[in-house]
Amino acid sequence: MRSAFSRALLAYADRKDFVFLTGDLGFKALEELRDAMGERFINAGVAEQNMVSVAAALARKGLRAWTYSIAPFMYARPFEQIRNDVCLHDLPVIFVGNGGGYGYGVMGATHHAIEDYGALLTLARMRVLVPAFDMDVEPMVRQCFSAEHPTYLRLGLSEEPKNYVVPAYAAWRKLLSGPGATVVVVGPLVGGILSALRGVEPTPSLWLIGELPVENLPEEFLEDLERSGRLIVVEEHVAAGSAGQQLAHRLLELGKPPRQFQHRTALGYVSGLYGSQKFHRAESGLDPAAIAALVTTGGR
Amino acid sequence: MNSDAGIRELRRRAKLRLLRMHYESNVGHIGGNLSVLDIMLTLHHQVLRADVDEFILSKGHAAGAWYVTLWSLGLLSEEDLVRFHKDGTRLAGHPPARGIPAVSFATGSLGHGLSLAAGLALAKRVKSESGRVFCVTSDGEWNEGSTWEALIFVAHQRLRNLVVFVDVNGLQGFGTTREVANLEPLAAKLETFDIVVREIDGHDPDAISEAVREDGSAGRPIFILAKTCKGCGVSFLEHRMDSHYLPMNEAQYRQAVDDVTRS
Repeated sequence: MRSAFSRALLAYADRKDFVFLTGDLGFKALEELRDAMGERFINAGVAEQNMVSVAAALARKGLRAWTYSIAPFMYARPFEQIRNDVCLHDLPVIFVGNGGGYGYGVMGATHHAIEDYGALLTLARMRVLVPAFDMDVEPMVRQCFSAEHPTYLRLGLSEEPKNYVVPAYAAWRKLLSGPGATVVVVGPLVGGILSALRGVEPTPSLWLIGELPVENLPEEFLEDLERSGRLIVVEEHVAAGSAGQQLAHRLLELGKPPRQFQHRTALGYVSGLYGSQKFHRAESGLDPAAIAALVTTGGR
Repeated sequence: MNSDAGIRELRRRAKLRLLRMHYESNVGHIGGNLSVLDIMLTLHHQVLRADVDEFILSKGHAAGAWYVTLWSLGLLSEEDLVRFHKDGTRLAGHPPARGIPAVSFATGSLGHGLSLAAGLALAKRVKSESGRVFCVTSDGEWNEGSTWEALIFVAHQRLRNLVVFVDVNGLQGFGTTREVANLEPLAAKLETFDIVVREIDGHDPDAISEAVREDGSAGRPIFILAKTCKGCGVSFLEHRMDSHYLPMNEAQYRQAVDDVTRS
């Protein structure tokens, strides 16, 4: 998604109110943007706390301030700066975290971000955007340029199935229709899950969420859920603060709890060993085969 | 504030109002407010241009000194000061995020202000705006790594429109700055960066006004180490650790008023 991200930003490079700050990352991805933006592209160095506070002040002065780093360095290291300097003042700073979830794979746990949006959504007015496909990035970037609140953009690696026509971006999208379980996914892992669920009988309905906090539940989703009575939420994020928890909370508020609720989340480091993103997903039961089996068997 | 007599009267009036505000609200942090008050008054009355310059108080625990300074400019009312630290106040114990137009950022967690000031200065450059950004840090907050991140940034970016004061009162939360995490000689350390470093008496208005001059800075940010006295002007508070925390009782308040009135 970094290439799609860079391409999308290039369209805005001439905007005089656009300032891009990177925490010394972007090699082989952001060079063209850097060259196009000139002095408004700032490598703030390996100093994320300062970068975020600087961005807050830029936003205070009416500039469109973007900050960029590997996801854990974007939200965890400068968390107090995000809280105090950005969110207390409701400034529309954009935080771009590359490699959400287990995206950095065998680079190790320090480079993973499996609690990023849950932590950030504890902060006032924070919005989170999670593209699932490369095609989602451009509309999300456009959305960021008109954001009125702090916004976290969690980039990953697009995993769209071959020859799949990605439906136009929306906060909620329905990727499969069927009488089976109602499955909700957040993020790029939906690509593999979509492929796996295509052969499952009865066909589940598959929904993809791209924006958090969870809100504005579509009527069609509620109808699907009422019919199936079974909700399965899958996300590459720990349970605490997750989209699944938010969705369950919202359904309780609406008086429409599902009869059965199953939540597949990032479980951390189950075996204590390290590997690719695929390895860690499998350890957490987030791999497509495990999700297909869950949907088929109804197991817990 | 054009005459020596005028300056003296302003300082006396502001200091008495600060003491009364903290006494009536039973609030501590008096020492660090008194150490920085002369810097605040001089900057706001003699240096800052309201239409173009900006100010960040990084040592947010000196909010009282800022509130009294804004009061002396007519930007806060007597009623505001009476409500200091009380339920429903605009004037929290540290500068608030909302409610006071002169306060652009909530501060109080140390180590944020220099980066915020850097961002304001950078924004001026991006927008081709005139004016300068002034920031006051404590000396204790130079323990914070983020302050050094900001120093690296402002020096590298050569933010010539940035002026930073360090209120060097020598005392921090639980000891002297030398005892807790000795950074001396701080001036020598700062001078290794591509910035201008000036050392002054932080209670001398003329020295404060002189130190902010742009000439001689060669396009670099200016850092002013202002030697001050924690609890300045109040005999039982001067250079004392407990002045960082403890509010005054009635007898102490009367003594403080007497000290300032006689000065």
